[in-house]
Amino acid sequence: MKKERGIFIIFVVLCVLVSIGNPNFLGAANLKNTTRLIGIFGIFSIGSGIVIIGRGIDLAVGSVFSLVGVILSMLLVTHHVAWPLAILAVIALSLLIGWFQGTLIAKYKIQAFIVTLCGLLFYRGIARFISNDVTMGFGDGEGFAGVQYLAAGNLLGVPVPFLLMILIAVIAGIFLHRSVYGRYIFAIGRNEEAAFFSGINTNRMVLLTYVISGLLTGISGILLAFYTNAIAPSSHGNFYELYGIAAAVLGGCSLKGGEGSIAGIIIGAAMLQVIQNLVNLLGIPSSLNFAVMGIVILIGVLADKFFMGRQTTTK
Amino acid sequence: MSADIVSGTPGPFIRMKGISKAFGAFRALDDVNIDIRPGEVLALLGENGAGKSTLMKILSGIHIPTGGEIDIDGVKQTIDSVKTAQQLGIILIHQELNLLDNLDVAGNIFLGREPTGRFKLVDKQKMYADAAELLKLFGLKISPQTSVSKLSIAEQQLIEIIKALSQNARVIIMDEPTSSLTLKETELLFGIISGLKAKGISVVYISHRLNEVTQIADRAIVLKDGKNSGELAREDINHDNLVKLMIGRDIFKAEQEGWAYKPEYSFEAIDISTYRYPGNKINLRLVGGEILGISGLVGAGRTELVNTFFGIHKPAGGYLRLNGADKRINTPDDAIASGIFLVPEDRRSQGIIVSMDIVQNTTLPNLGPNSSGGIISNKKENEATAKVAKELNVRAPGLTTLLKNLSGGNQQKVAIGKWLSRSPSLLIFDEPTRGVDIGAKAEIYAIMRNLAKQGVMILVVSSDMEEIINISHRILVMHEGKISGELMPADFTEENIMRHAVGL
Repeated sequence: MKKERGIFIIFVVLCVLVSIGNPNFLGAANLKNTTRLIGIFGIFSIGSGIVIIGRGIDLAVGSVFSLVGVILSMLLVTHHVAWPLAILAVIALSLLIGWFQGTLIAKYKIQAFIVTLCGLLFYRGIARFISNDVTMGFGDGEGFAGVQYLAAGNLLGVPVPFLLMILIAVIAGIFLHRSVYGRYIFAIGRNEEAAFFSGINTNRMVLLTYVISGLLTGISGILLAFYTNAIAPSSHGNFYELYGIAAAVLGGCSLKGGEGSIAGIIIGAAMLQVIQNLVNLLGIPSSLNFAVMGIVILIGVLADKFFMGRQTTTK
Repeated sequence: MSADIVSGTPGPFIRMKGISKAFGAFRALDDVNIDIRPGEVLALLGENGAGKSTLMKILSGIHIPTGGEIDIDGVKQTIDSVKTAQQLGIILIHQELNLLDNLDVAGNIFLGREPTGRFKLVDKQKMYADAAELLKLFGLKISPQTSVSKLSIAEQQLIEIIKALSQNARVIIMDEPTSSLTLKETELLFGIISGLKAKGISVVYISHRLNEVTQIADRAIVLKDGKNSGELAREDINHDNLVKLMIGRDIFKAEQEGWAYKPEYSFEAIDISTYRYPGNKINLRLVGGEILGISGLVGAGRTELVNTFFGIHKPAGGYLRLNGADKRINTPDDAIASGIFLVPEDRRSQGIIVSMDIVQNTTLPNLGPNSSGGIISNKKENEATAKVAKELNVRAPGLTTLLKNLSGGNQQKVAIGKWLSRSPSLLIFDEPTRGVDIGAKAEIYAIMRNLAKQGVMILVVSSDMEEIINISHRILVMHEGKISGELMPADFTEENIMRHAVGL
């Protein structure tokens, strides 16, 4: 936990500064909305982070959101499929995408950047094509209000996506930090060849990281679709893969693999949402949104490197 | 050829009595006595520097002895030149062949003795006819006009023998004749030697290959440090006796007792070929407690071979057998499940993960027993690591020290330690002490010997000659994807290894 302390302190300082700048930050409505978004973004960021720890990258996340959203809307609204079936179908699709990309990367040794970049283009194109590039939604939610609750509801005053994220983070944390497979993923991220020479089925483990990313992207994609309730196929989820990557890097993952933690990724994801929130609350022109985020991520990584002494640049 | 030689009388026709030879202050030979009988194959043996070659060079007129005398057919002879020796029927075939590349076969056979016709011109017609006859006699399908440079080493050697015979040789001395021959060519040579014997011609056979000696020699004379060490009659020629005389003590036996082989454990490679040399089938076998060294030059295919044993690459052909059961090993996981482990060649990129600590490195292949329900038990893995670290004397500030902060020797101990908690059947070491200091080297050798004593099969690939000689019970040498030689301890010399390594 020592590693996460630095980023956590930065996160707290940021929250304090924002609440000083605009006390509404701590208002119930704002907190609820922010934590809801932290939940949605946190879940897929865990997937992106696990892939990065295994020395990979997943650039297709944002386009998968679009495809998942479009298909979910079509199944529920256009074809009136029962929501459990629709959810299952969409989860199966995202698992399939993860398996497909992971197979190309692990078994056929095609660079992850290329495979998922092609995915980024391909899934977006398919989403736009099958929807005729028309914005889709869920209307009044007739027949599937129960599932919308997962995205929009609260439990004991806490947004459900945030609770889901906590649950998934606990499972992922045990998987990554306590289980045999997690150790294998770290070993692969640090030295895949030595891991192979230790008898680890490296191909299968790398594939597994992409499948996990696919699954968590699917879950987030469902939540995001219900949360926005309007899926513009050409822009829904645009750049979201970079939120995942940025959250992981802010949280201590190295793009060179073998570094990072679930707690760090969650803090990183939370910080990105607070920055978004900060832009709104402090009256910064929203056109500066990305610029602010870029600067804050850079400052975070630099501060981490120079003040916390973590070696983000070493292998 | 005179009748008394062919008659096969057991009496010697050459006696070398009290031969001494000094090169400056160095006494190469000191009062050596040998005799050569007609129609016998006499093996002349000894370690490098024992004086075998010097003695034979004296007999063939290359060196003049400092003392002693040579009797031939009971007559004292002064052999002061190669020409004198040749006239007496003594021909030495050098280890390095002495044929002239720019001449054809016939020209080489009759070099210096070309048949001449009128005006002392070379009678080429007769020379080629005679040469063809000799070649036919040995069953060689080579034209006398062939340039020597186009012949294989074995064929060149046969030309040397033919040349010797055409000089009416009574004794042909062969210095390491098979060192450059394939097994098949060696058999051909042995056939020719039998033929020579039948004609009453004696052969003095100098070789390091004891198994060849036991195969063809009628008698063996062993030299040691320039003196007679002993003589063995045909029935007494065996490996142990030869080694005892050559080394002067029973080193091989003594160590063999200490080695305590367990033949119930065995590893066999049967017709295994690797992706790098898919056409070359390799067969080898080792047993429990044996340390088998594999030497050879870089690129000989050693690492590819042992990596194939460990499942890094799938074999291009063939299969493996462990303790008598066939094994298909396609991945390291398969190998590990069978108890076959590898300490790889490139430590930092294959053997260890430098940015992980001692515990994580040591237990990486052993997380199964150190976990329950897929969850790692830190207690178990710390205990398991502490045990191995103590056993191997890993020197580090603590078990959570990152590997990059350890010395090469301690890193290597961790790379070895990964496998020790799993009771290995076969442990393969590829360049085990590369980049390791001398102290740790000795410790790693001790670890290897200790494992062998416990019945583990040890396979060592090393480019370090001293290391492979020091640690191995037996050495295989590889050349261009094939096993080019097998050496027993008595033959462990850098020269022997190098000769096989370069494929001579």
